[in-house]
Amino acid sequence: MSNRLINVLVPVISIILGLLVGAVVMLVSGYDPVAGYIALWNGIFGDAYAIGETIRQISPYILAGLAVAFAFRTGLFNIGVEGQLIVGWFAAAYVGMAFELPKIIHLPLALLAAAAAGAIWGLIPGLLKATLKVHEVIVTIMMNYIALYVVNALIKVLANGGFKTEKIHDTASLRSDFLSELTDYSTLHYGIFVALLMVFVMWFILEKMKLGYELKSVGFNENAAQYAGMSVKKNIIMAMLISGAFAGLAGAMEALGTFGNMSTRAGFTGIGFDGIAVALLGANTPLGVVFGASLFGSLKYGANNMPNAANIPIEIVSIVIALIIFFVASGYIIRVGLQRISKKKEAK
Amino acid sequence: MSKRRFGLALSLVLAAGTVLGACGSDKEEGKGSDKGSSSDGGNTSEFSLGMVTDVGGIDDKSFNQSAWKGIQDFGSENSLKKGDGGFDYLQSQSDADYTTNLNALARRDFNLIFGVGFLMEDAIDTIAQQQKDTEFAIIDGVVEQPNVASVLFKEQEGAYLAGVAAALMTKSDKIGFVGGMEIPVIERFEVGFLAGVKAVRPDIKVDVQYTGAFDKAELGKAAANRMYSSGVDIIFHAAGGSGNGVFSEAKERKSADKDAYVWVIGVDSDQYDEGQVGDENVTLTSMLKRVDNAVNDIAKLSKEGKFPGGETKVYGLHDEGVALADSRGAIPEDVLAEIEKYDKDISDGKIEVPGEK
Repeated sequence: MSNRLINVLVPVISIILGLLVGAVVMLVSGYDPVAGYIALWNGIFGDAYAIGETIRQISPYILAGLAVAFAFRTGLFNIGVEGQLIVGWFAAAYVGMAFELPKIIHLPLALLAAAAAGAIWGLIPGLLKATLKVHEVIVTIMMNYIALYVVNALIKVLANGGFKTEKIHDTASLRSDFLSELTDYSTLHYGIFVALLMVFVMWFILEKMKLGYELKSVGFNENAAQYAGMSVKKNIIMAMLISGAFAGLAGAMEALGTFGNMSTRAGFTGIGFDGIAVALLGANTPLGVVFGASLFGSLKYGANNMPNAANIPIEIVSIVIALIIFFVASGYIIRVGLQRISKKKEAK
Repeated sequence: MSKRRFGLALSLVLAAGTVLGACGSDKEEGKGSDKGSSSDGGNTSEFSLGMVTDVGGIDDKSFNQSAWKGIQDFGSENSLKKGDGGFDYLQSQSDADYTTNLNALARRDFNLIFGVGFLMEDAIDTIAQQQKDTEFAIIDGVVEQPNVASVLFKEQEGAYLAGVAAALMTKSDKIGFVGGMEIPVIERFEVGFLAGVKAVRPDIKVDVQYTGAFDKAELGKAAANRMYSSGVDIIFHAAGGSGNGVFSEAKERKSADKDAYVWVIGVDSDQYDEGQVGDENVTLTSMLKRVDNAVNDIAKLSKEGKFPGGETKVYGLHDEGVALADSRGAIPEDVLAEIEKYDKDISDGKIEVPGEK
């Protein structure tokens, strides 16, 4: 069996397996799996509106996935994407609301603010890791909580004790009437193009720039990189900085596209944590992240239609979606299985 | 040879898929025909209504549940069935789902759609402008659109009575208040409650704490633990699902020590069942927010073509929008009579309960 065939078969088989086990769960709980999956399909691709909303959901996932993947290539585990996303969301919402500028300056400024805020939030664990060897997993997790509660407090100050910021000005908005009308008044916005541009940026940095080469070297082997004359410290800081910027932009998607403001949050958005899975599904490559994010985003949005159209309670839906993702993520087992089968044949 | 084996493996997978798929489709037919008949039944009446919950869900034993009860009641009065053409709900998993859920219901051609909760203001505002033929109602919020009715409650009046009850019943002279998020609605509970306590006993100290969330029972439990440990004996919660943690803390204390004097005043729905622990019960009473009455009222108006679009309806003690629940013996008769006096004074307008800090 050729490698190419295996590469195609693995995801296909894992999705089929995930769907089958999900179907069993629905059957056992007394719901109709066929109606359920039809509802899921329609929820993702059913009409222009659904497609628009699905793409809208995918955009922040791409950026969150990129953020995790980028740090991972330098050997860093950035669990702080969630916090970086939240500060980015707030920064974009603030710039969008507080300034009055022409669109051509305002929108890029709001995006930059989000990226900068995320980058600063990523920089702190980077600095601590590079100078004091504090493990980035611990620092980034704690920074998530700091971000959540600091931003909640800031929103209150901005809103005079209220619980949400004012809406951003139109000049900072990623929303477009064109895209909205095209998709039957969905909340689809230009953010998807920003996300795809960043996919290219990540590819360019990693594959075409000296910086990317150094970052990857540090990721492969710190000591070897140092021996070759690269500054490990500088590269760790750079990696967290850029990773944080991607995460901040993911927050800008919510601020400038989906919501147009920010409300105080009782808990995390979950996008940052899902970003970890997105990056791992995508093998930490830019293009892989796009696929991972598409899978996550579609399932996440499409799943909402299962209670709506097939009367399956949201709890069962969550289990089914988790199973599908579980099987996709464990594609490695299937790959090993397939290889073993083909090897046995060769031996004979 | 190797290809053939592989082919066999692949066809096995596919076969398994078809077999299992077939199991599913058999059931689909059965259910499908059921559904057909039920929607036929629903179509006899031309009015249909739906609601979108916030993240609490319809079994939050509180606010969403009460709204859903109102819709179900309306449904059974008008012999509607759950589903298209009758009544239905969608639960939001996060704030990103508000708009899409509202839109999903509007697309299923429900005539009237309720958004339950203050947090849904922006989403209703947006969707109401896109779906101009659908009538919307928002509970606990105000949206100024011609096809949106806004429903508010005078929570402070009910909370005032709860405060009176707590002040009359406390033995330690320490009372607690656990709120959800610090938003105007919950602040009305707090202000009314404090005013009620003060009216009876100005010297009592009320410990006020907010959990910052409506769906985090563990935070409610932690707050209650701290309060009871500091000597508080009655806690009034206005924290939706987080308040369930207040109950579990009180119940733990009650089951550890049967004579412990700990009480919870429930909110929104009658939370008597929530407070049951063995043969004892920790629920002193509940401040009912009759969302069900309001929902029913708006639905009736809408069905009769008198939908109060663009208006704000306020339901208070006088219009049975808020009330205290049956205490089932937890509050003695003489105290109840005392509470009744305050009740009457508020209804008659003799006492004006403040609604803001």
